[in-house]
Amino acid sequence: MKKGAVPTMTEYIAQPQVEEPQAVVGVLAQFDGVEPLKKAAANIRDAGFRRWDVHSPFPVHGIERAMGMRRTPLPWLVLLAGCGGAVVALLLQWWTNGFDYPIVTSGKPLFSLPANIPITFELIVLFSGLVAFGGTLVLNLLPHFNHPVFRSERFRRATTDGFFISIEAADAKFDEAAVRTLLESAGATAVEVLQDTTAKPKFPTWLYKAGIVAVVLGLLPPVLVAWYRATPKSLPRIHIIPDMDFQEKYTPQAASPLPAFADGSAARPPVPGTVYRGGLEDEHFDLGRVGGKPATMFPMPVTDELMQRGQQRFGIFCATCHGLAGEGGETGLTSLRAGKRKELDWVLPASLLTSGLRDQPVGQIFDTMTNGLRKMPALGPQIPPQDRWAIILYLRALQRSQNAAPDDVPEEMRDKLR
Amino acid sequence: MMSTVAIITTDNTADDPRQREPLTTGGQTLASITDTVCGVAERAQTPRAWYFAFAISASVALAFFGLIGYLVTTGVGVWGNNSPVFWAFDITNFVFWIGIGHAGTLISAILFLFRQKWRTSINRAAEAMTVFAVICAGIFPGIHVGRVWLAYWLAPYPNQMSVWPNFRSPLLWDVFAVSTYATVSVLFWYLGMVPDLATLRDRATGPWRRRLYGLFALGWRGSARQWHVYERAYLLLAALATPLVLSVHSVVSTDFAVAQLPGWHTTVFPPYFVAGAIFSGFAMVITLMVPARAFFGLKNLVTLRHLENMCKIILATGCMVGYAYGIEFFIAWYSGNPYEQFAFFNRALGPYAWAYWIMVSCNVAVPQLFWFKRVRTTPWLMWLLAAAVNVGMWFERFVIIVTSLSRDFLPSSWRYFVPTWVDIGMLIGSFGLFFTLFLLFCRYLPMVAMAEVKQVLPHGGDCPSFCAHHAQHGRKNGTVPLDEKGGRPHDD
Repeated sequence: MKKGAVPTMTEYIAQPQVEEPQAVVGVLAQFDGVEPLKKAAANIRDAGFRRWDVHSPFPVHGIERAMGMRRTPLPWLVLLAGCGGAVVALLLQWWTNGFDYPIVTSGKPLFSLPANIPITFELIVLFSGLVAFGGTLVLNLLPHFNHPVFRSERFRRATTDGFFISIEAADAKFDEAAVRTLLESAGATAVEVLQDTTAKPKFPTWLYKAGIVAVVLGLLPPVLVAWYRATPKSLPRIHIIPDMDFQEKYTPQAASPLPAFADGSAARPPVPGTVYRGGLEDEHFDLGRVGGKPATMFPMPVTDELMQRGQQRFGIFCATCHGLAGEGGETGLTSLRAGKRKELDWVLPASLLTSGLRDQPVGQIFDTMTNGLRKMPALGPQIPPQDRWAIILYLRALQRSQNAAPDDVPEEMRDKLR
Repeated sequence: MMSTVAIITTDNTADDPRQREPLTTGGQTLASITDTVCGVAERAQTPRAWYFAFAISASVALAFFGLIGYLVTTGVGVWGNNSPVFWAFDITNFVFWIGIGHAGTLISAILFLFRQKWRTSINRAAEAMTVFAVICAGIFPGIHVGRVWLAYWLAPYPNQMSVWPNFRSPLLWDVFAVSTYATVSVLFWYLGMVPDLATLRDRATGPWRRRLYGLFALGWRGSARQWHVYERAYLLLAALATPLVLSVHSVVSTDFAVAQLPGWHTTVFPPYFVAGAIFSGFAMVITLMVPARAFFGLKNLVTLRHLENMCKIILATGCMVGYAYGIEFFIAWYSGNPYEQFAFFNRALGPYAWAYWIMVSCNVAVPQLFWFKRVRTTPWLMWLLAAAVNVGMWFERFVIIVTSLSRDFLPSSWRYFVPTWVDIGMLIGSFGLFFTLFLLFCRYLPMVAMAEVKQVLPHGGDCPSFCAHHAQHGRKNGTVPLDEKGGRPHDD
């Protein structure tokens, strides 16, 4: 190392320093300003050098042409990254929300471009930005802390107000004396030979040791955690994140905190007169059963009003699937829609007019309507019991009308049927 | 370390470009710029005033982290948020800080694309402000999710629950927009700083400074091949950051605009939010730079004309924000929607009228003073006005969020939001964190982009005649002579 030169990063780290054989690695020349620099650069370019560079405290415009430099491919890399960002974003959104775990939002399509544009845009920018930055480092071969130009004390002006040209000894045309003459004739104010050690840089041993210690120390916590988790413990384990797992409350079987309760239980019995849920239900009217068996009779007197009500409710709740006449099959609106949408797994609603249903006790039909059957949903929560009975009454009339003999029609009407 | 520069004149605010100095004052040379900027970071003795300011802001920042710890261990109940006001100071602070950041990106990216060379003196500090503001902003949505340790659920990752986040939710757009913005801002800031860190490395006298600056300078040699790639990358990052900055606050505004709540459900929100963000951001740049340029002796680089330009931008964006306030009321009336009308009637005359009128006076009335050149060129006055704008813009977000939520569709659940001491403590605490980071930046990093300022120098003074064409132009009586074509060299 030259006397007075400021050591580089690696030298500081690689203690202790020993004198090592030196070799010429290049020539550094200083220039007075931008114009002499450009002129000199053109000279070096014309002399046919390839491994050389120009150093300035700010980008000198026009130097690319003076040096005969090729354009950087960075913009193409960034374009590629941007396209990659778009593809990744669209695939991510389609696969997660439209395919793997479809999320239906207000009946909108599972994958629709407008809603997916923001994320796509952000990922385009993110990918491009990362590649623009990373690409700069890679194309500029940075970080590079031990470049030979840093050996020169003079070179420290390069980031303030110094203008330099450096030619590497590795260049095929390099000849120390000739290069010196060339630079001096090009207007250099100072020319300096750069020397560097010929010994291969060795990785400092103390860094090895420090690395091993760091790895061992870094592995200690996970090993301790694993060991703690794997061994049986008599006490509850440490609960780092409590969430709401332990709450200050009394569970049903817990003892009373107050001595005032005679039974000593934290849970209080219901006040006298409390009716349990469903405790006021009438077996026949609310459940359609008599003595545990399906009722065969209506729980209320059958009237014309009840029939009218049943017709109206049937039209609202039943006809959409089973059709206005109760024939089922494709007569209901839902089947019509399923057919239009070509829903292959659609099960046609059953006919309500079959002999099986005609012979069913009313209580069983009531139960089917209340709790649902096969694909039919439970309608109990939607239709009050009174209306369910009204619908059954109207259904009985439909069944009768669809399986009637001419004798069932009043005599004066029989002629009209023909 | 600091070399004194002979000041010819510091007033470069003349409207006639022939009568004013270009971009920087004081006859700057390449060396004087380096001396001035690096001098700040290289001072052997840290000024007592810096320690004083740092002690205050750092302790406030520490208290902020203490409050975050209290919130995490206790729950979000320590805030005043409660039904129906589930968003209050937390999201107000988030939108406020993310908006502050936008001026930095505007100066560094948008003005770069528009070839506004005056930006070079202020872009570094403004970008630093962006990064620090985004840090402050990112904390609030992070802690307001309640169970902070589950915040990673925001990320789309394969999990044992077999579910994915909903990519059609503006809240998830927000996660992507803000994290992309933070990443790109840091990259842009750092890439721009690498050549200046190399300057600090090369001037460093002690081994530790040299090692640390050297590490972050990545071995930059200022080589033409490096500059070539660097300039491309800088242009590309500027071109990426420009639509990005517009998208970020637009996405933030959709957090509100996509909801059905009257007062939020407004299509004007994206442009309105972006204008407001730039407005508040420039106010913050002035709040920071007026004291910083005086304290660190940067008056010749961050000149009065820079401040005046920023005041003009504040005036323009302030008028846009005022227009948005007006158009919101017009749409409420014109829509004929009684709920919408009530929301705005309630905003101006309801229980939060005090907040609304603070917002209007600070954001619409106060910036009108910038029509006067006297106000635009008096630093202490513009500092006061900018501080008022900061207050007004915080209240704008408060008004939008809290007044709309506090009186929603169900009158029985209406509630007047009152902040707790933790709410107020966290608002102040975030300022502490912001100023702590900014003070550290001022002390240890190059506050002005030296390489960029050198590039736009009018090439006068006693520097090497690196531009022969301009070297012949002397400077007489603080004016710059015209070149042959009647224009002035290297100034826009």
